[in-house]
Amino acid sequence: MSAHSSSTASPLKGYFAVFFALLVGTGITVYAATLDLGRFNAAVALGIATVKATLVTLFFMHVWHASEKLTKLVVIAALFFLLLLLGLTMSDYATRLWS
Amino acid sequence: MPDSTLVGLHHEEEHHPELLHHFADAQQQRDASSLGMWVFLATEIMFFGGLFCAYLVYRRWYFGDFAAASKSINMALGATNTAVLICSSLTVVLAVWAAQTARRALLIGSLAITMLLGLTFLGIKGIEYKDKFVEHHVPGASFSFENEPIPGHPGQFANPRHAQMFFSLYFVMTGLHALHMIIGLGIFLWLFVMAWKGRFTPEWHTPVEIGGLYWHFVDIVWIYLFPLLYLIDRHP
Repeated sequence: MSAHSSSTASPLKGYFAVFFALLVGTGITVYAATLDLGRFNAAVALGIATVKATLVTLFFMHVWHASEKLTKLVVIAALFFLLLLLGLTMSDYATRLWS
Repeated sequence: MPDSTLVGLHHEEEHHPELLHHFADAQQQRDASSLGMWVFLATEIMFFGGLFCAYLVYRRWYFGDFAAASKSINMALGATNTAVLICSSLTVVLAVWAAQTARRALLIGSLAITMLLGLTFLGIKGIEYKDKFVEHHVPGASFSFENEPIPGHPGQFANPRHAQMFFSLYFVMTGLHALHMIIGLGIFLWLFVMAWKGRFTPEWHTPVEIGGLYWHFVDIVWIYLFPLLYLIDRHP
């Protein structure tokens, strides 16, 4: 697929493919929650959610085809600071009971 | 002073009426708008990020109580709402494509269906909230969560104070998300009116793109809220 602004190549196929992938991902999330995966239940749920969020960001929000590189930089910077917030906080709380 | 030199370079007749003076071309203008929206969304990510962070800390501390409280929420309604939002994200992306390719009927229809799906989401959310009020699961003076078993630990019951923490986060996070949905509905109503008046063209439809980015962001927040709040420890 070429740039989304091109009038010749229709991006509709890609949009519907992402749409079905998101629905299937939701189905798998609900199904996986009913299985006893021990501590991996949360990892599976968050993993699928991250795949879904990435699909929405790249294809529905057109970051993949963004002509402006700064847009990609802002997305990556936002994720970096979010992970910094979550990562540093949780590394503190997860290690408080170490003796 | 530089006016006299610049006047000769200025070709007013080549300007598209929607192209502002300080942009080289329409593409640059569109990129600037979407970049601005992304910077706003970055602040929104940090806004919700603080709540997700608080959620993670308390979930680690009170895992069993959170699992018991999570089990009391209607999973089918949450899953339905996830599907409703995914459908609305599809109609939003169709609306943007329709604006790019000058398909007026598809644009107006997609915007209308998006609003209907948004209202459906809020309606289902309202049913869910009503259940919580009836069950006295709303944090406050009448909160009650007695003798609720902790999943996977027979004979153990959730601490109501810890469960109340879960419901506080549940209401703040879904409430803030619902507020974003309401604002999104306002934006889409305005887009709908603009589209009805025929204001959007393949050359200029920036509001549709920008509004679409906002709607998709709200969808992404829900993609994380659903497993975190509804599916903590559901296996039998």
